[in-house]
Formats: sequence, C-alpha cells, structure tokens
Amino acid sequence: MDNNYNTIIIGAGPAGMEAAYRLSVFGIRTCLLEKEAETGGHLLKWDRIFPEGRKASEILGFMRKRIESGNITTITSARIDSIRKKAGNGYEAELATNEGKKTITADTILIACGFKLFNAAKKEEYGYGIYNRVITNADLENLFKTNSTGSIIGENRTPAVGFVHCVGSRDEKAGNRHCSKVCCATAVKQAMEIKEAYPQATVYCFYMDLRMFGRHYEDMYLEAQQKYGIRFIRGRVSEVSEDCNERIVAKAEDTLSGKPVKITLDMLVLMSGIACNPDSGKITGSLSIENDSDGFIKYADSIFGQVKGPGIFTAGTCTGPKTLPETINEAGEAAAVIYGYLKGNSNNF
Amino acid sequence: MIYEGKKRIWSEYQKEIPEDNYFYVRSCIRQNFFPASEKTFLDIVRNRLGKDFFETQHHTTCGGIAYHSDAIPQETVMTIIARQFALMTEAGYKNYACSCITSFGLYTETMETWKLFPELEAKIREILWKTCHKEFRIPENLAHASDIIYKFRNMIAEKAAYRLVNVKTGKPLRVVEHIGCHYAKMFPSRGVGGAEYPYVLAGMIESWGGEVIDYPERRHCCGFGFRQYLVKANRGYSLSNTHKKFESMAPFKPDMIITNCPGCPYFMDRWQYVISELEGKTYGENGYGIPVFTYEEVAGLVLGYDPWDLGLQMHQVAVEPLLDKMGIKYDPAKKYLGENGKYIGKPQMPRFIKCC
Repeated sequence: MDNNYNTIIIGAGPAGMEAAYRLSVFGIRTCLLEKEAETGGHLLKWDRIFPEGRKASEILGFMRKRIESGNITTITSARIDSIRKKAGNGYEAELATNEGKKTITADTILIACGFKLFNAAKKEEYGYGIYNRVITNADLENLFKTNSTGSIIGENRTPAVGFVHCVGSRDEKAGNRHCSKVCCATAVKQAMEIKEAYPQATVYCFYMDLRMFGRHYEDMYLEAQQKYGIRFIRGRVSEVSEDCNERIVAKAEDTLSGKPVKITLDMLVLMSGIACNPDSGKITGSLSIENDSDGFIKYADSIFGQVKGPGIFTAGTCTGPKTLPETINEAGEAAAVIYGYLKGNSNNF
Repeated sequence: MIYEGKKRIWSEYQKEIPEDNYFYVRSCIRQNFFPASEKTFLDIVRNRLGKDFFETQHHTTCGGIAYHSDAIPQETVMTIIARQFALMTEAGYKNYACSCITSFGLYTETMETWKLFPELEAKIREILWKTCHKEFRIPENLAHASDIIYKFRNMIAEKAAYRLVNVKTGKPLRVVEHIGCHYAKMFPSRGVGGAEYPYVLAGMIESWGGEVIDYPERRHCCGFGFRQYLVKANRGYSLSNTHKKFESMAPFKPDMIITNCPGCPYFMDRWQYVISELEGKTYGENGYGIPVFTYEEVAGLVLGYDPWDLGLQMHQVAVEPLLDKMGIKYDPAKKYLGENGKYIGKPQMPRFIKCC
C-alpha cells in the first residue's frame, strides 16, 4: 500500500533526513514529512558550520542526496492535521499537502521537528526590529550567504561589530533557563568571519561565560583572540540605542574590570538561542507523550533517552539544544532503535 | 530606526485608562518646582474636557522620597498609601490618579506586593485601623496623570490653538521625551508603551505635531536619582548624569524637552545653568538652553494658555525661544508679574546661559 510505511518521520531537518537515510539502509520504508517547501531545516539558513567552517549548503547537498532512496517518500509543504494511535498497533496521520488531503499510516513515529530560534524582538532592550543595525545570528548567516554584510555596515572598511551571547537562553525572564549550547561557538565563528571580511574591524563579544565544550572549540576560541584580536568582554549588554548617525550605542558592564562600557557599533549581532519548537506540543499532545518544563520533549530516561510510548521515538533538537554532529549521531541511534523495535525488540522506556 | 517596530511594541503595552471619575492626588514637590502644572491639569480635565476629578485637602505625601532614600521601611510607606486609598474610598471613587511618578511607581509596587503577599495587605489594614480607624478598597484602576493627558491627547489636539510646529519653517519641533524612572521601568505593563520605548509622552508629541527624538541616553536618569542628590556629598553624580544626557541629546538639536516626573524637569532645567557656569557650555541655540517642560505645561501651551499663567517664568532655562518657534503670543513685560500684577522679583542673570 502506497500510504503505509514502517516509520513516519516528522521534520526533514538534519535529524529527520539522517534518520531517513539510516532507516533506508536497513530497508525500512519511511515517509519524511516537512512543513516547509524544502528539506533542510535550519541548515537552509546557515552559511557555514563551526568549528571548521564547512559550507552548510555542501552538508545539506550531501544529506539530500542520501535521502534519494526508493525507501524514502519525502513530502514537503505538509501540514499534519491529526496524528493518533490506531486501534491495535501503529499510527495514522492525516495530512494537508500541495496535492490535497492524505492519510498515511506507519508502525512507528520518529519526531524530529527540531527547534525554533528565540525571537530576539522579545528582548526589547536590544532593539531588534527597532534599530536597523541590530540583527540576529541567523540574519548574519544570510548576509554571509548573499555576501551582503555591506547592507548593514555600509562602506566602512573599519567597522566596529558586537556580538551578544545568550539572547533568550540562560535567561529566566525570557522563559528559557537552559543553555542553548551552540551559540558561543557560533558567535566565535561569526566574529572570525567578520574579521576575515573586514580585517580592520574591531569585534567585541559580550558573554556571560564561554561554553566551548566541543573538540577543537577551545582552539577556535584561542584563534579568535590570538589571530583575529577579537575582544571578549564578560558582561551582558544592558541597553542598546542609536546615535544621530544611526550607529548603535551598546551599554554593558565589563564584570572582570568592574567597569561600565559604552561602545558605538556599526552592527550588533544577537545570538538568538535554541528554543523549543511550539509545534512539538501539538504532536506530543496527540500522542500522549510529555513536554518538559522548558518546552522540549521529555526523555523517558535521562541517560538512555527516547520517550514513553510504544513505537514513538525522537531525534535531534526537539529534545533540547544540540550541535549538528550530535543531532546526526542521535538520528543514527534513533534509526538503530527503530530498526530493533520493528524487528521485535520492544521500546524499553 | 524602524518606526513600525516601535508601533508593534506600543501595541503590546496598552493599559486601560478610565474615561472619567477620578480621585486625584497631587505631588508633594511639584507645586514648588513647577507651580502651575497641576492647576493646569485640573483646569484642562475639568473645564476643557468636562471630566470629574475629585481632590481632598486631607491627602498627604505618599512617603516615596523617604522610602527610596531608605529613611522609612516598606510597611510605613504602605500604611501611608493605605490611608490615601481610604480617602478615595470615603469619597466614593474607584479610579485613582496621581500627579507624581514616584507615587505612581510606589502605588503600583504596593498593589503588586499585596497581590503576591495578601498577609501583608491584611497586616497593613490592621495597622491602618489601629492608627487611623480607616478602611479602604484598593483602586480598580490606577493612572498616572500623564496617562490621562495621553488618553485625551487627540481631543486636546482638536482644540489646539498652537501646535508643536516651527511656524517659521513649518517643520515639526524636535522634542526629547523624558520618562520618569518609576513610571514603567519596574512594571513595564503598567505604562503606556512599556519600559523600553514608552509611548505616553511620544503619543502626545505626535498628536500635537512634534517629532520625537530617540537618542542614546534616552533611558538614563535625569540626575535626581534620590540619594545621589539628597545626600549632599553625592551631588556630583546627579550633575554628571544630567550632563551625560545633554551631551547625548545635543547632536540631535532638540527644540524642547517634555517630562512626566516631578524631579526630571527640575533637574534637567536647573542643571543646565550649573553646567553653563562650570563649563561655559549651553545646549540650545544661540547661547540659550534647551527649554524643559512638564506635559501639563505643554498641553496648556497647545491649548492657548498664557505662558505666564502656566508658571513658565519659574523655569531656569528661558522658554521664549520655544514660544517664538510655536508662534505663541506673550507679553514679556508681564513675565515677572504675579496675581493682580504684583511684581514677583526677577532673577539675577547668569554669566553664560542666555535668558530673556
């Protein structure tokens, strides 16, 4: 039957695509659903990926090629109208697609609906959406992709550029107490890219503490200081405004020197953190699984992962912030667990 | 600057401001600083707009200055506030309007605290009963008087005799709006427009034809800051804060400043004189300062009140350049004549800042 699969994968970002590929290698038939018009998720918006600075488009191209398999049916622009457990085993989803309404069924579900970037406009004091020269990390990636940083910075070849870490993450008032995990490394990567584009630029990173946990990340941080001369200021930006030349004036406290700082900038980049995807709540609600207090899907076991519910699995950032390699690893692991489940090994949690 | 972005934020911070029937309380210091502002407010709302505003001679200070100077504890200030609420209750009103920003902040803080700690409210009720034999209802609505002028800004614009427009050039006057710190910084949702981009004064300026200036130190303290002024040894901080603001706004060449706090217009007005004496520097055009107004004074000017009836001769910085820009007719000879033509005295001319 055309509309009957072994696994429905919700979300065709890196986690969903990787899991689909892995399952196809095992001979598992999957239906890969994507609400956007294209597969790729947030990779579509990014120019380069830390730590080596590989092009996101190359990574995405590679991943897309791998899902060109007879075992994978990819449906983009797909909206899930309902998803529920069937009587007996398996699941049924009603979809609205470009080709009309469709009902699909499967033995298992893999939730890989990813994350949502925190809406930086909620941090009103930073002036995103108010001041033209205040942008987000995602906006900057788009400027890098289109080689158009000049649209913000102008003709100035010696610009001053600031990066604000932890925007909407580790922030109780923003409702996100968690660390977004990837922003420190992304900020350092982007700061170095600015220096490559503008060697005479002065670049500041305002951080709470740098969480360069991954392999080679610390090297990247040292390189940013030693080779590129990026200035790291430990302190949060408290206020952003605009001077009469429409340049940005940022106020912060340098907590190491114990002094307030006020810096005039040509561009301020807000490192919007990974926040839970609100869509995940609709899916988990239908499938009777839980979201945690931070909005991310709750693991059934904090060590071994996965969720409560027979035949329901997760992969990627729907369960919390992860780097791209971690996401891909988890997708591979999820595929292996699904394969085992379909072969008769029960979902332990 | 993306105006639409500010509009989006303003739309998220709109508060309910009742149409009528207010229990109004004055500030304990404004009548000394800018003596006609509250009188003008009451005249506008009662006689120009036909609203019911009740006030009583039994009202006292809210205790805000003592509280923010750490001179009295919170329970004392709450009991004073409870007594004011009792006066409102006795007068049969439910909407409370205050002239002072610090009072507004303190009333808001008290009402929020009682919501979270009802046992504290019960304790204050008991103290009030023991000390004054009074009982009170919490106001159904709390408004700052600038909220009320904001609400009626378009009605005032319809009745305007003058607009915030330079009559010689036809261009909007460039206006700095300064919001008192206690208006919305503590409770953003209680102020029109929120804390970061307040709209309460900006809305008046727009309605009356002016152009709002957004400058880097817009949110900075006026220089009052309570203990930085009240403790004499700290007054250098007060002055340096005001200096910082003027240095920041000067490149935008503002024509005037509008404020909604008792202390702010006073300090931004008086310290301009001190800065000129210390540094020989002035911030307005042709050696003048930048005139500083309360929102009631500006509403009065727009409605065609005589500038000297508004008490503008009490300003340190000369207001005449602004009056000339707006095309307001005034008699310079009457500037220092009080009621019944009585001469009220003329201040000594400063060394640097020009006065009329």
